[in-house]
Amino acid sequence: MTPTGNRLCAMFLGVWLGFGVLPAAADTQVAGETKISSFTLGNGMEVVVIPDHRAPIATHMVWYKVGSADEPPGKSGIAHFFEHLMFKGTTNHAAGEFDRAVAEIGGNNNAFTSYDYTAYFETVPADALEQMMAFEADRMRNLVLSDEVIATERDVVLEERRSRIDNDPSALLDEEVSATLWQNQPYRIPVIGWMQEMKQLNRADAQAFYDRYYTPNNAVLVVAGDVEEEAVKAMAERTYGKVARGPDLPPRERPVEPEQNTKRTVTLSDQRVSVPSFSAQWVVPSYSTAEPGEAEALDLLAEILGGGVRSRLYQELVVKQRIAVSTGASYSGTMLDDTSFAVYGAPVGQAALEQVETAVTREIARIADEGVTADELESAKKRFVRATIFARDRQTAMANIFGSTLATGGSVRDIEEWPGRIEKVTPEQIKTAAARYLVPSRSTTGYLLPQAKGGN
Amino acid sequence: MQKFSTPLHDAAIQLVAALACLLVFALPARSGVNIQEVHSEKGITAWLVEDYTVPIVTLRFAFEGGSSQDPAGKEGLANLMSGLFDEGAGDLESDAFQEKLDDVGAEMRFSSSRDAIYGGMRVLAEDRQVAFDLLRLAIGQPRFDQQPIDRIRSQIVTGIDAAERDPNAQARKQWMRAIYGEHPYARPDEGTRQSLAAIAPDDLRAFRKSQFGRSGLHVAVIGAVDAETLKADLDRLFGDLPEQQDLKPVQRVDPRLGQEIAVAYDLPQTSIQMAFPGIERSDPDFYAAMLMNEILGGGTFTSRLFAEVREKRGLAYSVDSILSNRRYSSSLGISTATRSDRASETIRIIRDVVRQMADDGPTAAELEAAKKYLIGAYAINNLNSSGAVASTMVELQLAGLGRDYISRRPALLGAVTVDDVTRVARRLLTAEPAVLLVGPDVKKADAQ
Repeated sequence: MTPTGNRLCAMFLGVWLGFGVLPAAADTQVAGETKISSFTLGNGMEVVVIPDHRAPIATHMVWYKVGSADEPPGKSGIAHFFEHLMFKGTTNHAAGEFDRAVAEIGGNNNAFTSYDYTAYFETVPADALEQMMAFEADRMRNLVLSDEVIATERDVVLEERRSRIDNDPSALLDEEVSATLWQNQPYRIPVIGWMQEMKQLNRADAQAFYDRYYTPNNAVLVVAGDVEEEAVKAMAERTYGKVARGPDLPPRERPVEPEQNTKRTVTLSDQRVSVPSFSAQWVVPSYSTAEPGEAEALDLLAEILGGGVRSRLYQELVVKQRIAVSTGASYSGTMLDDTSFAVYGAPVGQAALEQVETAVTREIARIADEGVTADELESAKKRFVRATIFARDRQTAMANIFGSTLATGGSVRDIEEWPGRIEKVTPEQIKTAAARYLVPSRSTTGYLLPQAKGGN
Repeated sequence: MQKFSTPLHDAAIQLVAALACLLVFALPARSGVNIQEVHSEKGITAWLVEDYTVPIVTLRFAFEGGSSQDPAGKEGLANLMSGLFDEGAGDLESDAFQEKLDDVGAEMRFSSSRDAIYGGMRVLAEDRQVAFDLLRLAIGQPRFDQQPIDRIRSQIVTGIDAAERDPNAQARKQWMRAIYGEHPYARPDEGTRQSLAAIAPDDLRAFRKSQFGRSGLHVAVIGAVDAETLKADLDRLFGDLPEQQDLKPVQRVDPRLGQEIAVAYDLPQTSIQMAFPGIERSDPDFYAAMLMNEILGGGTFTSRLFAEVREKRGLAYSVDSILSNRRYSSSLGISTATRSDRASETIRIIRDVVRQMADDGPTAAELEAAKKYLIGAYAINNLNSSGAVASTMVELQLAGLGRDYISRRPALLGAVTVDDVTRVARRLLTAEPAVLLVGPDVKKADAQ
């Protein structure tokens, strides 16, 4: 039980879960129930179908392989701003028509933007699937952008920034910690954008972004729910299949990080803060960039070190030493480029922040020096494999796993083989990952502190 | 970075906001959302949906009561107790208990709200027996050892400390006191530093005994388990609890409206909250009010407030209205956050939208669209996972609605007329609301 959550470590946490352990074919049978299939349309659009017949509902998602890390210099926020603009009118449908059509059948619709992808989704009665595809295929190419809608919607995203970031000291700190951790890689720029650049975004920027990235050959369609592969294929051909293939996009090669040789710290003192906290981060490989087995080891390291109340950090700092109110670790593996590994903590009662940070560092060193036990590794693996079964209980969770993986360079097969690869990780690999990456003298640490007494 | 944040409905409100469904007529046949009522030998009743698609069993339950039962001077008792059920039970101390729970791979959760204490477990079907043994211990024989109590209490106190200088958190406390006065709803759920210090292990034991009685228990199960097996499980889990709860009476309370609270603080945004009168579930106009709220500022991108405040003017990222039904009070709330220099403009727009609804009611087309939404959204919002189905079934029981409620709901919504909605809009929205403003240089007069 953690009655107070940690607010410092609110970065984007990708979840990378798999399915059953299975044959390597593109078609997969799980527990005799779910047959996941994937194929590609003639225009290059990838399609994944995840049948789930428990309720007559379908989740329809289109993932574009473009996120904030693909933005042109000086145009931060355009990926997310453009996501908002996708809800405006097209040559075939007035603004709001799509939303009304979804509402009229009791559906949900929304969209989200991250560093590496932008996704649009509707959860609707399964018999409305083709209608959703038609709307979504229409806005892939036929959006109408006027200066007026641009100006109003820009005000909306500016308010969104004020709500999510500027109003919240921990979010402001996170933003600057990222900008310090990443010196060269575009993950240094916040997804929502820097305020001064967001204010300048205009119609020409939006149009250029749209024309470049919103094409079928840069998109992944994921349909989960009360559907069958053949029917989805036919509907997708009739809707998305009619959209012309766009020019081939160059490979997504972005600047990468130079070696980090310093310990960097970022501190924010704010009068709204009463309990201090810290978060330390390191640049580590993601599932896309790691050597075989390394990302799996980092995932398990995060779980053993700080994945919940049974983790080393929680047991040692919260339960035994009673110096922390919260502490943990996280690894965001589902990223296109190298990613981050984070640890965090906040003191309880009279304990000092330094004590918490020292104790966290000691737990990392213990793993780097002595490794983990076979038992704790086994428990962590069991938790991961169990999570893949729990994930099947929620069609939106399944759709998210497949969409985010395919949008960051992974494949359906990677997901299917993930539990098997997790099983193979050895205690030695965990120790090596900790020793190689979680080096205190090359960390980037953010401190959120109360305003010093006498300050203002 | 969602285009629109999901409003933080609590479970009860979600239920109110998204009921009934044409789909549901199709559901029992297609999806197995066929609710059986199971009675165990010892007299425990549960709602069960058998579903073998995924090899999981999900159990949720609630005891009526919740933090409004906290004794005066010991506020925070229900919340503290709900943090202690996985901290040792029977012969197993905290560490041994958690280790067993982890070995068997069961997720066990307890929480408290103003009106109930909730519990639940999700486990792979093959591990159900062992997992339920642990849950039985947690419910019936929690240890409440001093050491875990002190640890969890200090975590809660640190949480209280952490919010001490947060202007929005403090304003929210002030708001609750202003709206609910001396009623238990005005008290902070988590208690205070002083009240938490006053809680001893015996208080926790006595409180559990008074709250965990079968008369106030509601149970729902979905997953790979049949009725006969469940009956035995129910007796093991709950069969030895006392028959009666020992609850102290809680008075009904009408929120105190017609007041302004302004908390001046140098922030980049001004947050605005308004409270209007609500409506009881038993009121004949309840369904009309649900539809009116949906049209005014409900859960879609098509509401009037969304159109006027966000789409046309870009004044805010999120703006919505919520119909809230607690056991002893109801209200209709509107909330948004806006650029500070445009806060008074936003307030004016919201008041105009509210006034217009109160004066003229909805159009026939709006009402039709809202009915379709609320009817269709039920399955999508409430039945989309085992956890959602189980929670929905517990909430239906807490609200005193029968198993046939899901199938009755479309007709109840369908029968509402434009006149009904207009009448209820006038009734709820002509009152002068309570208004809370938090932002730079705000004054009470700004709320007008």
